[in-house]
Amino acid sequence: MKAQDFISEVRKGNIDVVKHTEEVIKQVKKINKDYNYFNVVSEELALEQAKKVNKKGKLAGLPISVKDCICVKDVESRAGSKILSGYKPVFNATCIQRIIDEGGIIIGKTSQDEFGFGSFSVNVGTDFKIPRNPHDEERVTGGSSGGSAGITAKAEFPHVSIAESTGGSIANPAGFCGVKGITPTYGLVSRYGLIDYANSLDKIGVMSKYTEDCELVLDVIRGHDERDSTSLKEELKEGKIKKIALIKESLDVDNDVKEIILGKLKELKIKYDKVSLPLTFKYGIPAYYIIAMAEASTNLAKYSGMRYGLQEEIKGSFDEYFSNVRSSGFGKEAKRRIILGTFTRMAGYRDQYYLKAMKVRRLIIEEYNKLYKKYDLLISPTMPCIAPRFSDIVKLTPLKQYMMDVLTVGPNLAGLPHASFNAGFSKRMPVGVMFTANYLNEKKIIEIGKKF
Amino acid sequence: MKVDKELILNVAKNARLKLSEKEIDEFLPELKEILESFSKLDKVKTDKLEPAFHPINIKNVYREDKVEKSLSQEEALSNSKNKKDGYFKGPKAI
Repeated sequence: MKAQDFISEVRKGNIDVVKHTEEVIKQVKKINKDYNYFNVVSEELALEQAKKVNKKGKLAGLPISVKDCICVKDVESRAGSKILSGYKPVFNATCIQRIIDEGGIIIGKTSQDEFGFGSFSVNVGTDFKIPRNPHDEERVTGGSSGGSAGITAKAEFPHVSIAESTGGSIANPAGFCGVKGITPTYGLVSRYGLIDYANSLDKIGVMSKYTEDCELVLDVIRGHDERDSTSLKEELKEGKIKKIALIKESLDVDNDVKEIILGKLKELKIKYDKVSLPLTFKYGIPAYYIIAMAEASTNLAKYSGMRYGLQEEIKGSFDEYFSNVRSSGFGKEAKRRIILGTFTRMAGYRDQYYLKAMKVRRLIIEEYNKLYKKYDLLISPTMPCIAPRFSDIVKLTPLKQYMMDVLTVGPNLAGLPHASFNAGFSKRMPVGVMFTANYLNEKKIIEIGKKF
Repeated sequence: MKVDKELILNVAKNARLKLSEKEIDEFLPELKEILESFSKLDKVKTDKLEPAFHPINIKNVYREDKVEKSLSQEEALSNSKNKKDGYFKGPKAI
């Protein structure tokens, strides 16, 4: 059932929200045993919300799952990291507060790569479980919002997941799991209450089985928030799709992926020109990773085992104490990124790496801007392959893993709204197609998404 | 630039991380490979460009300087085991 239909039944009094929520929690726990989509199932909070649900709310009674990196009051929120063990926020993220005010029911915190540091949700923090693809348990969900995509695919109840993307973490798992995932324009949804990965790149977005459900929840969570200094005041732009283009370089992917996407575009009678984004495809990966790691290393400096999260008995100097807690609390990929990020900001290297990457980002933004003078939407595959097997991922060096983000880093570096929709299946595995629009043109993405 | 054990240890120290011998051995070739791929950017001409610190041009935001409701001391301390007399307790600084 679509969310809108469910909500109108709730409003009419045809659905008992408490009973429905109990049933949903039961199903979620059952799914979680095999697939590991949740770090926490927030049963107590969900039932408490169900009992006093606002039936007039835009999301009355609708089950909502939330990526672990988004703060939910009184529910352990760890961004998939051991270093945040036991952390229970004393406030709600702005997007969560808006959902609760409209009657949405928070069912739990979804699994992810630690702090978002990964493309397959295999870099979960020490002691966390790795989510499995809903179509094949031997394969990855994609990442970093892997748990959100997995539960969205598996849920047989109306549901929307609140996910987050820094370099592709919504589109990627949505593509690999065959669901819809929309990443909005940078600044459209407040980042207040988001456990930061990289401030100039992080965007909160939505996943669902239906475009209409993504639209409904995005409408609730978007809008200016004075507690986020990068939150936009502008409204979404009106306008219909007139011209679409396919990005030439993006077809350098596995053949099955290419065939399925071109076939689907033909089936839907979507007409397109072919265009080129040479700089984005050549330099997007290094520019993205330098910026993301530099910002991540500064954001992670605050985890020191004092005010919240993992704590040990206080002894030794502050250097020793902080180093001990951080060394046991961060997982391997977090350590890699802290070291690389710290290095690229250090005196002597800052111009060569960090500032250079910021200038290349300027070129990439300009390259997109030129195309949006003529086109409303750009098409590419979401990922270059179908969801890999766990046994294939372990063979890839970290760099090889980073390179899998080649299609998603462009729109994320430029802060452009983009979405993945399912174009079909290869060997029973979903293949995602990605649409990218100009700033604040989410309505065009939703318009095309309704065809899928 | 030479990426060696000494450099990694120096960066790790700056970042307050203690790495085991095993971690250093594993990271060294990985970080070399990654940094080498990053130097691809050297080839891009960017002389006249301003860095894009944000994807969208962001202006400074001001607000009225007035007192608003904030977390109570109790709430602010609620996630810490290390506290005393209403304050956080930390390791020795000197």
